[in-house]
Amino acid sequence: MTQAPSVFARTIATPILLIALIAVLAVAAWAFGSGTLQRTAVEMLIRVVLVVGLSIFIGNSGIISFGHIGFMCLGAYAAAWFTIPPMLKQLSLRGLPDVILLNQFPFWPSAFAAALLPALFALILGPVLMRLAGIAASIATFAMLAVINTVYSNWSSVTGGTSSIVGIPIRTDIWLALGAAAGAIAVGWLYSISRSGLALRAARDEAIAAQASGVDIERERLIAFVLSAFVCGVAGVLYAHFLGIVTPDAFFLGATFVALSMLVVGGMGSLSGAVLGVVVISLIIQALRSLEKGVTFGETTLALPGGSQEIAIGIVMIVILIARPAGLMGNREFGWPRAADPAPKTQATKRA
Amino acid sequence: MTSVLQVLFDALSLGSLYALGALGIALIFGVMRLVNFAQGDYIAFCIFALIYPTTEAVTILTLGAAPAILLIPLVLAIGAGVSMLSEVVVFRRLRNANPAAMMIVSFALGFVIQNVLLVFYSSRPKSLSILPDLSRQVEVMGARLPLLQIVTILATMVILLALTAFLRRTRFGLEMRAAAEDFTMARMLGVRANRVILLAFAISGMLAGAIGLVLVVQTGTADITMGLSVMLVAFIATVIGGLGSLSGAVVAGFLIGGASVVMQVILPLEARPFRDAFVYALVIVVLILRPQGLFALRSARQRV
Repeated sequence: MTQAPSVFARTIATPILLIALIAVLAVAAWAFGSGTLQRTAVEMLIRVVLVVGLSIFIGNSGIISFGHIGFMCLGAYAAAWFTIPPMLKQLSLRGLPDVILLNQFPFWPSAFAAALLPALFALILGPVLMRLAGIAASIATFAMLAVINTVYSNWSSVTGGTSSIVGIPIRTDIWLALGAAAGAIAVGWLYSISRSGLALRAARDEAIAAQASGVDIERERLIAFVLSAFVCGVAGVLYAHFLGIVTPDAFFLGATFVALSMLVVGGMGSLSGAVLGVVVISLIIQALRSLEKGVTFGETTLALPGGSQEIAIGIVMIVILIARPAGLMGNREFGWPRAADPAPKTQATKRA
Repeated sequence: MTSVLQVLFDALSLGSLYALGALGIALIFGVMRLVNFAQGDYIAFCIFALIYPTTEAVTILTLGAAPAILLIPLVLAIGAGVSMLSEVVVFRRLRNANPAAMMIVSFALGFVIQNVLLVFYSSRPKSLSILPDLSRQVEVMGARLPLLQIVTILATMVILLALTAFLRRTRFGLEMRAAAEDFTMARMLGVRANRVILLAFAISGMLAGAIGLVLVVQTGTADITMGLSVMLVAFIATVIGGLGSLSGAVVAGFLIGGASVVMQVILPLEARPFRDAFVYALVIVVLILRPQGLFALRSARQRV
């Protein structure tokens, strides 16, 4: 048998193709789209960052996390704390420590620090949470989200409570979002081929066998957890600088549902699934939105009634999952068409 | 003394709701490994079935105006109906899907139900009063308690006893318990899978209807997201109780209800808005100590 090409060479096609896909969409939206369409494209790219972040943990560990939107929340609020002008902060966020309250930090260091906060939080909480597996871990991550949401909704002097914080500088444009999405894909791919990523996927598929081969499951899970918290934190930072306002309700069940749906519809076992899920669902939502606005036939405008967009998206998701229970991609990744994937395909995740 | 009684009844009646919800989730999880997030929307559906579909602010009672003897069975039947319908139309097609996909489908189904209600009723909460007799206060051992609390607790006890009798004494119940313990084995011994699953959906739909009735009398409003918070806690109770264990789910439901009410009382005033954070932190602690749940089934343990 000839020397097999390295994992790096074998799988480099995946991130290149994925980044190319979102780059094409972003450039198309920038070149041909209206202002609203461009905003939709930015939203989609932020979602790519978020869902890729989710998939770094969920895809590799097989544990469904309901908590990652909480990391997004931590990142977004930290970005708000660092970059809102001090005058505004002194009005609404008086509980902040003086060094933050009286200063406004430049974008890049602030963004980096803001994304580190959720990673740090994950590093502290992770060693405890990562001892759990399966549905207990899912519930524990949900409880973590609920704790974050309750605290951020009620700690008025620091987070503004349930009312929104305004005055965050708008910095996220389509190119920044595209760059971040490409970066997230690269990080997700590098982790998945790293020693830790391979060990974690082995543990996902056969926990006992992996342990017997010397995989420290809790440790590998923790690495993935912290890394994915960082990437989700980046998504939060982008989101805060995109909208200019943050509220705790934007980071709770609704957002969790949307992100998880995109991941599962795309295929939660693979990076390609994560990206494809975001792209497909975003495109469907966009199509339905324009239908809801109305299609003109001569003099009459036929529009779907309000709310039918949500109904339709729900039904589309159900139909996709009935047709393809493992998601659009199953467990596969995009690759060059010719090199019919020499790597053994892992079974679709079908553990009870 | 009276305040202790008050807290006890508060805890029991809140716990009752959680216990009924957890039971509904555990029943379905037991037979098909589905965590059914649409359960909360069945509750909302049952509530809105009481009133005439309109997006105006006025509330016109239709079914809600019926006398209790008619109203209660009808609401339970509606709950069972919508629940069974979702199994026949949607979940039956996902028998071989992984639990994550099923969970997302149930999410999506709940989303669809919620938005259908939104189209017909608008998102404005509507005020309505049904069974007004239950809103009275009664005096028990010197404490003034809402009659509804007592009725809720008693009704929950009756439901639990009836369900226990059903599960222990009838053939269907036996099949269902067998299926919950080991579905594959039960099928091999002649239990009809689809029938047991449909039955589980029917019962949990009825439980959703019962929760809906209590919520509506308690709050006097109909709101599209009403079932959600109960179901989230119920879902957590199911896991804490030990997935698949019906009695565990019920006990955990009461425990969480009790913990919430007690914390509301004992937490210092400035920490009270953060009550839910403490409750959920407690949930994490319990899970760390007992990852399999408080009442783990022996069959749920992983074999090597």
